[in-house]
Amino acid sequence: MSEKSTGVVNSGLKPEAKKGSDSALQVMNGEHHPHQCWSCGDMRAEHFCGACGHVQPAEPTDFFSFFGLPRKLELDEAALERGFYALSRKLHPDVYSRASAKEQAWSLEKTSQLNDAYRTLKDPISRTEYLLMLEGIQLDEQSKKATEKARASGAEKKQSVPPELLEEAFELNMMLEEAKMGGVDKDLRAQLTATREDLTARLNTMQDELRGAWKRWDSGDSGATARMVDVLNRRSYLCNLVRDIDEVLS
Amino acid sequence: MEDRVVGIDLGTTNSLVAYMASGPSLAQPDAPGKGVFIIPGEDGLNLVPSVVALDLDNQMLIGNDAREALLKSPDRAVYSVKRLMGRGVEDVQAELKLFPFHLAEDLVPGEVLRIHLGERTYTPPEISAHILRQLKRNAERFFGATVKQAVITVPAYFNDAQRQATKDAGRIAGLEVLRLVNEPTAASLAYGLDKKQNGTIAVYDFGGGTFDISILKLQDGIFEVVATNGDTHLGGDDIDNLLIAVAVQDIAGDLGVDVRQYPDAVQRLRRAVIEAKIALSSRDTADIQVELPEGKLYQRRITREMFEQMVQPIVDRTLEPCRKALKDAGLTASQVDEVVLVGGSTRIPLVRRQVEALFARKPHTELNPDEVVALGAAVQANILAGGSDETKDMLLLDVTPLSLGIEALGGVTAVIIQRNSTIPASATEHFTTGVDGQVSVAIHVLQGERELAKDCRSLARFDLKGIPPMPAGLPRIEVRFLIDANGILHVSAREQRSGKEAKIEVQPSYGLTDDQVEKMILDSYDNAESDMLERLLIEARNEAQTILAALVKSRSSEAWKMLSITEQRKVDELESKLRLAMSGDDHNSIQWAIDELNKATMHLAELMMDAAVGSALKGKTMESADVGEGPTAPHPIGKAEFS
Repeated sequence: MSEKSTGVVNSGLKPEAKKGSDSALQVMNGEHHPHQCWSCGDMRAEHFCGACGHVQPAEPTDFFSFFGLPRKLELDEAALERGFYALSRKLHPDVYSRASAKEQAWSLEKTSQLNDAYRTLKDPISRTEYLLMLEGIQLDEQSKKATEKARASGAEKKQSVPPELLEEAFELNMMLEEAKMGGVDKDLRAQLTATREDLTARLNTMQDELRGAWKRWDSGDSGATARMVDVLNRRSYLCNLVRDIDEVLS
Repeated sequence: MEDRVVGIDLGTTNSLVAYMASGPSLAQPDAPGKGVFIIPGEDGLNLVPSVVALDLDNQMLIGNDAREALLKSPDRAVYSVKRLMGRGVEDVQAELKLFPFHLAEDLVPGEVLRIHLGERTYTPPEISAHILRQLKRNAERFFGATVKQAVITVPAYFNDAQRQATKDAGRIAGLEVLRLVNEPTAASLAYGLDKKQNGTIAVYDFGGGTFDISILKLQDGIFEVVATNGDTHLGGDDIDNLLIAVAVQDIAGDLGVDVRQYPDAVQRLRRAVIEAKIALSSRDTADIQVELPEGKLYQRRITREMFEQMVQPIVDRTLEPCRKALKDAGLTASQVDEVVLVGGSTRIPLVRRQVEALFARKPHTELNPDEVVALGAAVQANILAGGSDETKDMLLLDVTPLSLGIEALGGVTAVIIQRNSTIPASATEHFTTGVDGQVSVAIHVLQGERELAKDCRSLARFDLKGIPPMPAGLPRIEVRFLIDANGILHVSAREQRSGKEAKIEVQPSYGLTDDQVEKMILDSYDNAESDMLERLLIEARNEAQTILAALVKSRSSEAWKMLSITEQRKVDELESKLRLAMSGDDHNSIQWAIDELNKATMHLAELMMDAAVGSALKGKTMESADVGEGPTAPHPIGKAEFS
């Protein structure tokens, strides 16, 4: 496939590109900002050109815009997957292995954006974290990045324990200390398992709290971000506790 | 016509090349495999043993010939070189105890390995290139046309350095590697051709030197890998080495012989235990019998029960990666719809039972476990070449098997791309300076799952150079890490305040630099040419010998006497010319003398033929009608096998 000058309809077009029969794809590709195709000059090109099928130059974009989605948190994960598959079929380097070097580079760049965007958006937690980051909101000390940073600098990580967990966390730490000193006997194992179950139940409740915050955000309440930060911080604290228990139990 | 793209399985024990026809013209109408097939070698066999040897004339032998040479002179042969790809001298200490690799003595940690073979040393990519070149030649003979592009498979759990080494091997062999495909994923493509269905499949790939487990989600032709795990140093080799170790102990105890002192005996032992291992997949007992030095003989009967007891710990080591992969995929074993077995080691009944128990379902074994990866590589090659009706909806979405990180303060690993991320994948990180006026920043890139940098695989060290002098902390250098569809890392950097593209000097920790690869390509061309000249010379000499022998014989025949004196003189003169040419080393002049002699003896040959026919009519034998064999006919194109 060689480069064609602008304005000439490329005869080497991929027939399936024209059909556009995949409804999920049209949503995903449709709310992006259309531009002129470098290859055939069609004015409605998005990630790729609907008329000639050619990939378009990659440009920096946020993950929501990449999928043509509004910056909202409740999203149809099945539709996101369909969009991911449909765009993969159009953008993947496999499709451009005989194309010009320029198109191969764009395809590589766009597909990595697509994969990064899909990976971030399909997971409810990373989707929320990503939106908060886009909104310029810092997560507290328990966030993964912060944990890594603290570990890197050798500083003791600040542990702001969620108030309702103070008592339980204290007891758990006693148990974990005991386990480290004298090993895990049957009793201790039972206690730890019970605590783990309780923590997992709390984590599930947090999912609901998070969803509640999403609804507020999606309907225009920008104050919902504070709630999300709170839930995520408590959640990551809980996750750390569960991880500590798992370490001891294994 | 577009260049053909072949699929290559560059295995630890065996290598194969396969092809999938794009159009109906080449597709075999009676082939159940939808036109995907293995291209056999000149010997008609599909498997090319991954063995490279130098014979006593310094001719490079590859495959079955090299395997024979390995038994006679083990010090002039290399096998299982895949275990050394992309590794440093400090990584392979364990291998050295078990494999007869003769590493160069002056290696320093972090340097690409070099292995002695004859008078020279070779890097693992160069040895692998010899195998690839053989496969390339096999394909070229099959098609009667040059083959320049290939898809090569690698273990899913190969790291960046191992992948880069494989790609380098392709380049040295004169192949443009369009894609590196993970072996289990390739296998799923081969299976997917026949079974167009949606669901979750697990591919358990236990080969000669590596173990991989991949979990895939199949949906309308999309093969999405959701998790992969494995061990790049776990395979049939380990079983062989265990059996050898047991036998060596046995022999020392019973016969008082230290076999390890005799490399050729070790190789005979190795072959015997491999044969026993293979036999035990279909029989209950196998006998090992090996001749030892000092006229001693080692004999032992192994039952399948004993065998299974011995290898159980090795098979068990495959189960943990399976559990990890399932966990990463967020699945339980029972949620897997199909299990596919790949790799020669999955022929072992114990392995099958373990896999069946783990996933609680009978695994698929319809396709030959030795060939399925190469067939899958051919399918991916077909897709990259533009696809065909069978493959037009197929798309492979693979993942990176290991997390990518950078060394942060305090020697810890900061993960920037998680393992099992779909590739291509990228990450952007920002760096700054710690000292006023600092103009460069060092970055250490790692691969692995460990918390400390020293426990991860060092991929490369970068120096970001050319940062404009500024107060500490002011520069903002954006570094972009991109893992491409081959699983290979690319890095670019930019200083954002000045907008300057920061220069990066990549020092791959265990890789060849581009210049080194270029030099090896040139070396291999030079060698290829002298190799070819040498082969032509040998062939011409052989042909001359045949003709001269026939001529000597014919002088005592009736037919010789029937020639005129002039004819006889002409033949005599050309005979001495040929003998003279043979003492030189120019194959062209030998060939010219052969042709001249052939022309001059045409009449003689006719007379001898007539005499032979006459004597045959009289009831005599045709023995005296031997006019020589003439040049051997070129090997006919081998017939493809379909699986």
